[in-house]
Amino acid sequence: MSSPDGTAPPDRPDGTAAEEAEPKIEDLVHEDAGPTPQFGGLAAEHADHDAAQQPAEVMTESGVEAAGTTTATETGGKLELGPVGHLGDRLFGGLARGSGGLVVLIVAFVGIFLLALAIPALIDDKSNFLFSRIWEPGGDQPRFGIAALFYTTVISSIIAMLIAVPIAIGVALFVTYYAPKRLAAPVAHAVDLLAAVPSIIYGLWGILFFAPILRPVINGLSTALGWIPLFEKPPGDNVGVVFTASVVLAIMILPVVTAISREIFAQTPITHREGALALGATRWEMIRLSVLPYGRSGVVSASMLGLGRALGETVAVLIILSVPNGNDPWNSSIFAGGETFASKIANNAAEFDSPEKTGAYIAAGLVLFVVTFLVNSAARIIVDRSTPGTKRPRRNRRAGAAEGASA
Amino acid sequence: MAKRIEVSGLNVYYGDFKAVEDVSMTVEPRSVTAFIGPSGCGKSTFLRTLNRMHEVIPGARVEGKVMLDQQDLYATGIDPVAVRRVVGMVFQRPNPFPTMSIFDNVASGLKLNGVKDRKKLTEVVESSLKGANLWNEVKDRLDKPGAGLSGGQQQRLCIARAIAVEPEVILMDEPCSALDPISTLAIEDLIEKLKDRFTVVIVTHNMQQAARVSDQTAFFNLAATGKPGRLIEMAPTKQIFSNPAEKATEDYITGRFG
Repeated sequence: MSSPDGTAPPDRPDGTAAEEAEPKIEDLVHEDAGPTPQFGGLAAEHADHDAAQQPAEVMTESGVEAAGTTTATETGGKLELGPVGHLGDRLFGGLARGSGGLVVLIVAFVGIFLLALAIPALIDDKSNFLFSRIWEPGGDQPRFGIAALFYTTVISSIIAMLIAVPIAIGVALFVTYYAPKRLAAPVAHAVDLLAAVPSIIYGLWGILFFAPILRPVINGLSTALGWIPLFEKPPGDNVGVVFTASVVLAIMILPVVTAISREIFAQTPITHREGALALGATRWEMIRLSVLPYGRSGVVSASMLGLGRALGETVAVLIILSVPNGNDPWNSSIFAGGETFASKIANNAAEFDSPEKTGAYIAAGLVLFVVTFLVNSAARIIVDRSTPGTKRPRRNRRAGAAEGASA
Repeated sequence: MAKRIEVSGLNVYYGDFKAVEDVSMTVEPRSVTAFIGPSGCGKSTFLRTLNRMHEVIPGARVEGKVMLDQQDLYATGIDPVAVRRVVGMVFQRPNPFPTMSIFDNVASGLKLNGVKDRKKLTEVVESSLKGANLWNEVKDRLDKPGAGLSGGQQQRLCIARAIAVEPEVILMDEPCSALDPISTLAIEDLIEKLKDRFTVVIVTHNMQQAARVSDQTAFFNLAATGKPGRLIEMAPTKQIFSNPAEKATEDYITGRFG
């Protein structure tokens, strides 16, 4: 009988709990001992009782909460001044420490796993792993390098970021400072909903519906800027190109960048905004003078987070990007097909038949891991190094407005 | 510069709530007018209606007239942004733009008005900082962030920023309440000096301050909690503090207010 609100442990019926608990209280109350031993006895007993229960209990959050609740009911107003909740504290403290340690352990294990499988393959690699574009793992003479994968991954993510960030800033500003209230919430929700769409849907939508729409854009851009190798369109009507993937990635990272920017813009202290308005700033000037400087570091870190997501996105990219024919020369254009780290690995998961081959892909995964890690670290550093000289007052708009009204 | 403000029959609402009721007063040019009264009596709200800053809060609106010389600030076709360029404001907490240098803070208003000429900007920044009694303290570090100054210096920086655009009126909303006594004194000296050029209106909770700096004092009060605030009495400061006409004023300034 698991209670959904977590008031009782999932595997223990309420009735049993009451039966077990009540006689104990009775016994203790009728004893003549002072309050402290009473509680101590109860706590000890309760600890035993819980320790006995623990192996049977799934250590979920609800289980711990339930233990805390039971303690409170059992002490029930008799000994209010006693050290209530010590057991809960210990359990919860232990759980928190355990969780913290577990995360570190998991990261370490992922790293160790990647290294352990990648290193032997890397030692056997007959070409330069970082700078070669060839990908022929396995066999007697494995030759593989990540240059092409790295290029496609990074360029597609950066283009996605370049498209998404200005739109995200625009949406965030619209929602926080331009939209009337009854429009702001639906728009914000609509953007948030984009995050709820599974990436497989983005992939299918991207290649079947969106790519044909994008074709004129691709043709236009390549006609205008085709003299730059980056925009040179290879012959043919290929729509599964890096650019298409980038635009879909941009849509996918839009929600996270918008949500964080929105949050940080809304937190701009009202004193900063009023300072600008009192000088005779228009709304846009107010945003430029107070909101954007305040939100700058937040927007940068949001962009980095978006970049991190785009780098690792697999399924949508896998579906959209057409894999270039092995005989064609490598093409740096964003209007050509290609493979990212993630799509390469996913495309070839069926090929993991020998440790050498697997190792090669794992090594590619390791590079992706490192790149994503670096991007996220950069985001963190930028956030930590926020506005110089001032501690950011974190006051929300409503509080500021209320203050203005009350004066 | 410096214009007369004439307010007649002004009601201020936040949504359905009437915050200030039926205020009429005249603020003389080149004088300091102090608003005193208990918290929540609507004096800050009323002050904000003089440059339409109350409109920052959604749902705020006014009835009645605010005339700046012959111009009704609430007439149709009047842009609040334009109003704020002639009626400047200094706030309770110093609020220099934290990412800007001292120079840019003072120059920000001018830049909004489209002044780009570096020489002109430099001149105005210097004269404004001198006008705010801050020049000697910051002249060697104009390129440092304004947020690095002390609270009192920051407040004078905000005053310099406000006077740089040569407004007609300067509104001050409890400008010293976040400052220590020495910084407060510096601001009070400055207010004394500002009234040679500007019309100054100051809200203060400090009655000694009102007595020290102002020529006219207006006492605001509310009948009861939840009722709108009203102007009880406005008179020359000497008279308010020595011989107020209303019992409520006397009770408040002598500390018998309940």
